[in-house]
Amino acid sequence: MNKFKKGASSLYLALIFLFLYAPILVLIVLSFNDSMSRTVWGGFTLKWYANLSSNDNIMEALGTTIKITLTSSIFATILGTTAAIGIHYMKKRHAAIMLGATNIPLLNADIVTGISLMLLFTRFTPLGEFSVILAHIAFSVPYVIFNVLPRLQSLSEACFEAATDLGATPMYAFYKVVWPEIFPGVLSGFLMALTMSLDDFTITYFTKGAGVNTLSTMLYTQLRKGIQPELYALSTILFLLAFVLLLVINFKGSARKEVFKNEK
Amino acid sequence: MINKMRSSFLATPYAIWVMICTILPLFYILGYALTNDAGSFTLSNLTAIADPVHLKSLWLSIRVAFFTTAICLLLAYPVALILHNLKLTNKGLVVFLFILPMWMNFMLRILAWQIILSNNGILNSILSTLGLPTLHILYTETAVTLGMVYDFLPYMILPIYNALSKINDQVVEAAADLGANWWTTFTKVTLPLSKDGIISGIIMVFVPALSSFVVSNLLGGGKVLLIGNVIEQEFTLARNWNLGSGLSIILMIFVLLSMSVMNKVDDSENGGMPV
Amino acid sequence: MEFIQFDHVSKSYEKQLILDELDLYIKENTFVTLLGPSGCGKTTTLRLLGGFEKPDSGKIYLNGNDITALPANLRPINTVFQKYALFPHMTIEENIGFGLKIQKKSKDYINDKIKYALKLVNLDGFEKRSIDSLSGGQQQRIAIARAIVNEPKVLLLDEPLGALDLKLRQSMQYELMKIKQELGITFLYVTHDQEEALTMSDTIVVMNQGYIQQIGTPEDIYNEPENAFVADFIGESNIIEGIMIKDELVSFLGVQVPCVDKGFGTMKPVDVVIRPEDVELDAPGKGFMDGVITDCLFKGVHYELDVQCGEYEWLVHTTKYFEVGQKVSLNVIPFNIQIMNKPESEDEEVLKEDDQ
Repeated sequence: MNKFKKGASSLYLALIFLFLYAPILVLIVLSFNDSMSRTVWGGFTLKWYANLSSNDNIMEALGTTIKITLTSSIFATILGTTAAIGIHYMKKRHAAIMLGATNIPLLNADIVTGISLMLLFTRFTPLGEFSVILAHIAFSVPYVIFNVLPRLQSLSEACFEAATDLGATPMYAFYKVVWPEIFPGVLSGFLMALTMSLDDFTITYFTKGAGVNTLSTMLYTQLRKGIQPELYALSTILFLLAFVLLLVINFKGSARKEVFKNEK
Repeated sequence: MINKMRSSFLATPYAIWVMICTILPLFYILGYALTNDAGSFTLSNLTAIADPVHLKSLWLSIRVAFFTTAICLLLAYPVALILHNLKLTNKGLVVFLFILPMWMNFMLRILAWQIILSNNGILNSILSTLGLPTLHILYTETAVTLGMVYDFLPYMILPIYNALSKINDQVVEAAADLGANWWTTFTKVTLPLSKDGIISGIIMVFVPALSSFVVSNLLGGGKVLLIGNVIEQEFTLARNWNLGSGLSIILMIFVLLSMSVMNKVDDSENGGMPV
Repeated sequence: MEFIQFDHVSKSYEKQLILDELDLYIKENTFVTLLGPSGCGKTTTLRLLGGFEKPDSGKIYLNGNDITALPANLRPINTVFQKYALFPHMTIEENIGFGLKIQKKSKDYINDKIKYALKLVNLDGFEKRSIDSLSGGQQQRIAIARAIVNEPKVLLLDEPLGALDLKLRQSMQYELMKIKQELGITFLYVTHDQEEALTMSDTIVVMNQGYIQQIGTPEDIYNEPENAFVADFIGESNIIEGIMIKDELVSFLGVQVPCVDKGFGTMKPVDVVIRPEDVELDAPGKGFMDGVITDCLFKGVHYELDVQCGEYEWLVHTTKYFEVGQKVSLNVIPFNIQIMNKPESEDEEVLKEDDQ
């Protein structure tokens, strides 16, 4: 690859990188801006961060979000992991049907999923946190399944047979052989469920009913009202959170490999 | 030998869940779509799409989604290609940085664009400092398209990057060995072999773009009415759940149509799924 | 200048020196094999010639032209890759015709050439088939067809038969030799399988750790290895420490045995190499050394015997059966004793500039 190509490639990457991150940087900078203006710098301050905890709206939404996200992700992980194991041992035809149905929430437009769930829920229960949790589980489970299933499939059946050949009961063999192999998939499925749940707006919007707000839906109403610099502070924190969360998802795998390398 | 029968029963709770939370809701929405508020059967909710207002918003959505997807594809492919060919030890980190925005709360990212694009926002202050005329982009179709491109670009980069990684390096070397220059190798070998990734990316951008309403609300300010907005308003403002459901069904049909078109082009085993 | 010439070529990869000032030349229209263990630099040498890597220093010449800076797609050289590297999205005829299309040959020309190439590799009529309908051996032959159809001056083959089973490998070896005869071009072949090298080559270049150990015909390499590495790598051998008493007389393991080598000096420490099939077994007392059979394995082609003589265990190949525990004596005719220089240190790898 000659010098010109290399230079042009680097420039292009830099431009796209700038495009992707400039808005985020703007928010981060503005979160420290001692002025309500969007374009004039009024000095460095941390007051917007301090104000966060006294802003009832934000705090309430934060609490709700954490509750919903954790609950739905845990349940989704349990449900999805057992489902993946079940599907793995199913007959091909049945498995195909199950996987097809699993794909539906992934393929359907968010708005359709949200509306259809709302229509179902309102029949049986008033909308509230519970309905949101159910909805979050609904769209998170497929991610768990698609993280765990490949691990099950790549795990050689021979390993399991070897364990039973050496005298292990199926339960023990599962616990000692299968589980350690699929655990990374379970973990990344869980983390994915967390991120999808944190990020969701549309489905939450339709299934929450009045009075319940997650960070996303609260932001939506606030954004249409006007600027509140506390929101910039909030967004900076959320970005950092997402960054750390994703570093963990993506690089825990290689950290494990490093550990094994040193052990050898 | 593991008792396969017993193990497959582990999936039963999930099977029940799927029935209730995936299949049943679809029937509900279909039910609402085919009835009016008195409860009797009607097709008017579906034929309402022919209403000029609805048709206009559907057409606008298709147009915006199409341009968004096309721009994303044109911008993302070179990024994926350059990243694929990078020879760095920390390549994983660099790729990660390009994919990262995908996972950051999209509401906040749109907020950022609101700030940049507004009439006295950052873009215009930069332009006026440089002596260039200011742009009034906010609340136009352009702003909405821009917002969507920004939102969905990483969704196009990732599948293409993954598809490129799956290409056997030696196949590319073989092309050069047989006399192909860079361009011929790209068009005759790399591009066709990355087809799955392109299709995956198109699906992952076009479908959400088609059905979005948030971006058009925040960056379009009520002036850009996409089909998603119409549906949302039927539920929140007009409280006409039947009409809203009807239009949703139409939207679903369009989504299915575009995906089957894509699947005809795709010949991979998993049908272009991001899995 | 020879047809292909490597001039002081060095190449490092990730801070490891793979080739150190390699000097190698290859005559036109010969079947040359680069032979050595993994990591010896043979594949790197091949790839440097193909243009897939650039040397850190040194020059590469083809037919008098300096091709060091020439990119791969402009070199009149084609490669048969180790894992075939066929284009999965193209049919067989599209694969084979790929290079010809780039050369803008006419449709008729291309079709004729494809037919000819398929005939040459015994896959007539396979034009429209898809790649994934082929077995490994068939894919290998398509890869060969795809390369030769462009009439390259040099054909590079990177361990092409490694993934095939024994019988298929052996028949492919003969096919490759036949193809070379038919085409009359230079073959540069890379392998770690010494039997393969001995079967097919006109010239073998034995490499280790980036250095050339010996260049010669298969018979030379086999019968007269020049150092312990070559002797050990090619075939099996008994390598014994000895002392060259004087010309044509060597001492080892306490006995003095006549041999045919001269010029090693007097009372010089040397390595003595005797091939297992050159050791003759006889009744005790009849040979130069007595011993006892400690193991006897039936290998089909021969019996493989371990014979313990004092502290040294000989490896012997015979077609006769001997019982474990049987007492025997050993004999070797002087011609079959090969004397080699002892390396001064463990790392002494000799860079040879033989004329062949």
